[in-house]
Amino acid sequence: MGLLSLAIWTPVLFGVVLLALGRDENAPAVRWIALIGAFISLMVTVPLYTGFQLGTAEMQFVEQAPWIDRFNVNYHLGVDGISVWFVLLTAFINLVVIIAGWEVITRRVNQYMGAFLILSGLMIGVFCALDGLLFYVFFEATLIPMYLIIGIWGGPNRIYAAFKFFLYTLLGSLLLLIALIYLYTVAGGSFDIQTWHTLPLGGTAQTLIFFAFLAAFAVKVPMWPVHTWLPDVHVEAPTGGSAVLAAIMLKLGGYGFLRLSMPIAPDAAREWAWLMIGLSLIAVIYVGLVAIVQRDMKKLVAYSSVAHMGFVTLGFFVFSDLGVAGGIVQMIAHGFVSGAMFLCIGVLYDRVHSREIASYGGVINTMPKFAAFALLFAMANAGLPGTAGFVGEWMVILAAVKANFWIGLGSATALILGAAYTLWMFKRVYLGPVANDDVKNLQDINAREFLMLSLLAIAVLAMGVYPKPFTDVMDSSVAELLRHVALSKLN
Amino acid sequence: MIDNYSWITVFPEIVLLTLACAIALVDLYVKSPSRTPTYLLTLATLAIVAFMQAGYAISGLNQYGFSKLVVSDQMGNWLKCFAALAVMVTLVYGRGYAAHREMMRGGELFTLSMFGLLGMFLMIGGNNFLVIYMGLELLTLSSYALVALRRDNTLAIEAAMKYFVLGAMASGFLLYGMSMLYGATGTLDVNQVAQAIASGNIRHQVLVFGLVFVVAGLAFKLGVVPFHMWLPDVYQGAPTAVTLLIGGAPKLAAFAIMIRLLVEGLLPLALDWQQMLGILAVSSLLVGNLAAIAQTNIKRMLAFSTISQMGFVLLGMMSGVINGNTISSADAYGSSMFYVVTYVLTTLATFGIILLLSRKGFESEEIADFAGLNQRSPLYAGVMAICMFSLAGIPPMVGFYAKLSVLQALMSSGQAVDIGLAVFAVMMSLVGAFYYLRVVKLMYFDAPVQTAAIDAPAAVRIVLGINGALVLLLGIVPGGLMALCASALASMMAG
Repeated sequence: MGLLSLAIWTPVLFGVVLLALGRDENAPAVRWIALIGAFISLMVTVPLYTGFQLGTAEMQFVEQAPWIDRFNVNYHLGVDGISVWFVLLTAFINLVVIIAGWEVITRRVNQYMGAFLILSGLMIGVFCALDGLLFYVFFEATLIPMYLIIGIWGGPNRIYAAFKFFLYTLLGSLLLLIALIYLYTVAGGSFDIQTWHTLPLGGTAQTLIFFAFLAAFAVKVPMWPVHTWLPDVHVEAPTGGSAVLAAIMLKLGGYGFLRLSMPIAPDAAREWAWLMIGLSLIAVIYVGLVAIVQRDMKKLVAYSSVAHMGFVTLGFFVFSDLGVAGGIVQMIAHGFVSGAMFLCIGVLYDRVHSREIASYGGVINTMPKFAAFALLFAMANAGLPGTAGFVGEWMVILAAVKANFWIGLGSATALILGAAYTLWMFKRVYLGPVANDDVKNLQDINAREFLMLSLLAIAVLAMGVYPKPFTDVMDSSVAELLRHVALSKLN
Repeated sequence: MIDNYSWITVFPEIVLLTLACAIALVDLYVKSPSRTPTYLLTLATLAIVAFMQAGYAISGLNQYGFSKLVVSDQMGNWLKCFAALAVMVTLVYGRGYAAHREMMRGGELFTLSMFGLLGMFLMIGGNNFLVIYMGLELLTLSSYALVALRRDNTLAIEAAMKYFVLGAMASGFLLYGMSMLYGATGTLDVNQVAQAIASGNIRHQVLVFGLVFVVAGLAFKLGVVPFHMWLPDVYQGAPTAVTLLIGGAPKLAAFAIMIRLLVEGLLPLALDWQQMLGILAVSSLLVGNLAAIAQTNIKRMLAFSTISQMGFVLLGMMSGVINGNTISSADAYGSSMFYVVTYVLTTLATFGIILLLSRKGFESEEIADFAGLNQRSPLYAGVMAICMFSLAGIPPMVGFYAKLSVLQALMSSGQAVDIGLAVFAVMMSLVGAFYYLRVVKLMYFDAPVQTAAIDAPAAVRIVLGINGALVLLLGIVPGGLMALCASALASMMAG
């Protein structure tokens, strides 16, 4: 069994074991097994980085075995510079989320932990799949655990949110399925993504495929104007669910653009780049403005996620080394930062049971340690140099300015808007005098929360100070991708 | 001229008939109110028959019998094997339910099930219009009686009446269509009909006239729009165990006669019947999915869901012949077969859960009865959730691969209209996802209304567990069953 299979199936296996354990009487054992499972799952992904060959765009750690002969589908896995970090990120966030749910979740603990472990395995599967159908199966299967997580452990309006999440994303991915089947037919009976990369396609076909992919990935990212599900879902989802959703699940969409849309339909991608850039800028500027006026912290961070993901798609569609690499770095950084932001909100929510900004004020007086972490993550979200949030944004802005000054200018406003909504929220929640009795009675974070936030803080700082391990890994793959996208596939 | 080979082709049928008669007699002496001896003997009979059919299928037997009245081929033998297993599982699930509802005053449930199965065998193995028709009548007559088995229940009697009147009319359609074709071609033999039509000497008009009636009759039996009216009422009114007997295994037989009549007998008219099936498929997808949303009764909801699922089966059936070219037909019909087989598998587990939740004096009929099932029993909730996701076509459940293979067959023509149809079909399955998800929502997100403990015999628990696991496992490794269906159809198309 290869490393990638281990990375996918270890968490799934632990998840299934947890589901079988049942009963809340076993909760302590369940938590420890989940933690061990998540830790082992993270450990098995480490060799993917240490053993990764730099300087090549080839797929690495490749595994291939026939899966469904009838459709010539293979269990074909592999990672390149674009995807390898997402595998590690997913396993890492999963560990953090398991810690985050430790004592907060008291109801059906085994199903909660099991769902997250299975979900993490499935998402790693998406990043590793090199077969179109395998990709789709993992991509869709992630909906099931997430649907249950939102619906069972979510807030008061969780059922609406769960349905909105499921049906919205299903709508997009069904069109993706049609596109995949079409490609299978055109490719003469092959679901192999790398075969599709070199498949000549006519202009109309490319456009249709591009938009079918767009339907799936734009919803997932989410891009303006199909982002409306995200705030609703984030608000109702449990803390862990929000963290995984923002940190990893949105990246499935961004990753889809790089792995499928751009290489398979490069001509259409270039032809419609103006549209993508336009939508991205709207996300960055308009959704950024929307974020400022939010009263609910989770909604604010949700809108901020949409704005940050707008940066990602913007970086992709200016078609330069810096832009694409910047977009990927931004995705990873956003994984750490948005996960951390949601966990911070979770810490407050567990104590006060309110997400309203107005319910807080002066938290720094009663929770100084926690406020320090929150400040770091807020700064990272605003894109302060030295934090993870800065690197990607800076690269994307540079790339955008190179492509077109006005695009660059538009995207740079994000730094202002990001600072505005994040820091204003920080001021209202943390600074100032103690606002009410709830805040007065707050207990500072315990060792578990300290551990979970430190893990993220280390990641955020490390990536901000020394992003080289991230950019080095992706250089060759990004260059190869751009070289490929520059070639026309029209006959 | 009965040769030795002929006996081989119908040997399982003879065994089934003999044992069914024997069990009917033995049952007269059974005193136990739960009819345990009859039950066990029936299961044993079904197991023997299923085993024999599996053996036939694996040996690759391809044999006509009795002057080509019947045929024993790979497709038929697999379908017979699955049908026998499906009836067996149905009886395991339904026995407790039936025992609590005075349906076991005699052994009719078991004997009629076996005769119904015999009818299915004749439908599946028939190579002659009349044999197929006789099989169909044997099946439906047994079903009418089964629906009316709770003779003191008004709903059941009403359902039986409706089923009988409409079913008889459908049989009339089918018979009328067959007689037209007989008049035009001068033969009842399926292969000879195909040859006669292919010769081109027969007036197209007459053939199409007959074809319309045949397709209408088939549509009735499959329960596709606009011939679906009986289905929701019968599903709802029949005792749940009988609903499963009607809604499970017979779908396999209905698929088989569709293959025998349309593909083997009327392939030269494919252009005509494909268009008809296209219209039926589109309207079934539309009506089935939209009407299912409005239902509060789970059996009625599943009836409409069946209608929409059969629409998908027809999509596969209508994509076999592309521009007069039959190269991809085996793939297309194979995808339909895969769809039907996995559909029956999923339906068995779904109704298994419904039967389980119905206790003595309590019918689990409303969708709301599923509320909080996860808290009452995570296992049963899990099985039901797997089935719902499978019916909705979400991977990695087997239902996804069924939809995938049908859509692939449909889109292999590469024509814009077919791709449009595929888009329509997936959009309709998005609508479908809503009502399947609603069941999952009730089970997992809501607090239980019913709190009575769910107790089931070990046999039911084990079979249900295996059944649910199969829906998931066949989704993780669907290759084997897919290849089986494809090769079964390929050998049929070749021979």
